[in-house]
Amino acid sequence: MSAEGKLYLYPLWLRIWHGMNALCIIILIVTGLSMHYSTSILFKFESAVAVHNISGVVLTIFYVLFLAGNLVTENGKFYQIKTKGLKNRMQQQIKYYVSGMFKGETSPYPVTATRKFNPLQKYSYIGVMYIFVPLVIITGFALLFPETIIEDVYQVSGVMLTAIFHSIVGFFIMIFLFVHLYVASIGKSPVSNYKSMVTGWHS
Amino acid sequence: MLSSIRAILLLFVFSFLVVPVKSQMVAEENKLCIECHTSQSFTIHNDWTGMDETRLMNPFYILDTVRFVDGVHGAFQCIDCHSYEYETYPHNGELKLEPLMTCIDCHGGDDTYASYQFDRVEEEFEKSIHRELLGDQFTCSKCHDQHYYTPTARTSSSVKEIVEYSNNMCLSCHDNMIKYQLVSDKEKPQLVQIHDWLPNQELHFNRVRCIECHTVVQDSLMVSHNILPKEKATKNCVECHSSNSMLQASLYKYQNLRLRSGNAENDSVSSGEVYSGSFQFLSMNNIFSNQYYVIGASRIPLLNTIFVLIFVFTVAGIVTHAIFRFLKK
Repeated sequence: MSAEGKLYLYPLWLRIWHGMNALCIIILIVTGLSMHYSTSILFKFESAVAVHNISGVVLTIFYVLFLAGNLVTENGKFYQIKTKGLKNRMQQQIKYYVSGMFKGETSPYPVTATRKFNPLQKYSYIGVMYIFVPLVIITGFALLFPETIIEDVYQVSGVMLTAIFHSIVGFFIMIFLFVHLYVASIGKSPVSNYKSMVTGWHS
Repeated sequence: MLSSIRAILLLFVFSFLVVPVKSQMVAEENKLCIECHTSQSFTIHNDWTGMDETRLMNPFYILDTVRFVDGVHGAFQCIDCHSYEYETYPHNGELKLEPLMTCIDCHGGDDTYASYQFDRVEEEFEKSIHRELLGDQFTCSKCHDQHYYTPTARTSSSVKEIVEYSNNMCLSCHDNMIKYQLVSDKEKPQLVQIHDWLPNQELHFNRVRCIECHTVVQDSLMVSHNILPKEKATKNCVECHSSNSMLQASLYKYQNLRLRSGNAENDSVSSGEVYSGSFQFLSMNNIFSNQYYVIGASRIPLLNTIFVLIFVFTVAGIVTHAIFRFLKK
């Protein structure tokens, strides 16, 4: 679907999921940091624990919605892995971000109705949504029910190992968020991509 | 030559047989007492009827000899603490009223067990709510059963075992109406409801001791004995859930736990001293030798440093890229 050179790339269900996912992840980062450093970054420790748990459950519900949406709608095709020529495509995109865009070159993989993501976006989204988020959900639920975690793994607390792993994955999701927010400003105008995620229309 | 070898072999085998048997033995002098006080019934001559009668033993007077010999006083004779007049049977009924000794009667100024700091324990106990409310009625034995007591906090290498043993002392009254009514007319406290505010209540009950929140922590004392009034118990999560966790001066300070972590060889901290920095791991090797995890308290400086570096490089990269975009616009 297109209108006046615009593409309708983000259907309502996807925008709702994206908005809720973003909100939950931001809350999880803030509360996660509050717990990890026992500081009151917006939340007191005791509130941070409760809010973190609730946000984690909400994130999981919306993650299931995301998976289901990708199974039953066309959106799933944007996450299909194509290994042939991958290295070359990635290098082209990195080259564009590092130097090409400053020389006024056009994007090697512009957004079209059949290509919503450039190669870097696509594989970073696949990594986050199909590896990091599931890992953080699984370890998060394990920590929510610590009795399900193996007590000792070679004399090391299973809870500790799970918590360390949860923190590492959570940290990389936070790094992704920062980069994602910045890269989203690279569009027709610095705010056009943010608007797209509200209206659904890519310009 | 052959007989010498046989003798050595016999001695070797015998040494294995003797040691475990010895640890399970009740002192010979106690045999007569034990004969009745491990039985469900006893026989007594009734002068009124002129007959021998078999009666049920009061269950509170039946001794668990296995637990007794494993306890700190397991090698004692019964009359070391109880009146020698108990050697006469039937016992004189008035003996039931004999005042029993408290810890400090034997251990006050006791150099043999100086590290146990009995006098300081007594001082702390004197300030406690138990002492304030119940006075002389509240003796050491209300918590520390002289027959079975084991110094678990000093000997166990398991946090869970230390926690369970300690909490069972509290629960033996606070969750047991039979004992609770000995010292109070109040209704038994509803522990679960009272602690409703505590997140992951079951986890806290199983992993930390009641005294962590209900005493004034004394890091130079093995176990804090100044039990506070319930209104003064800590409700501040970050007292434990922080890098400066109070647990470092209480539950996680014990050297026996530290020995298990394998760090003791390189350290000269004596038993009972503070194991500060339990949650601060200096090397990756130490991460894998520690078994405790407390949210907010367990931090790995190396990992934190890596996190900060990655974060700083990411932000620097974004800012640099944004500046170039602005300049090349």
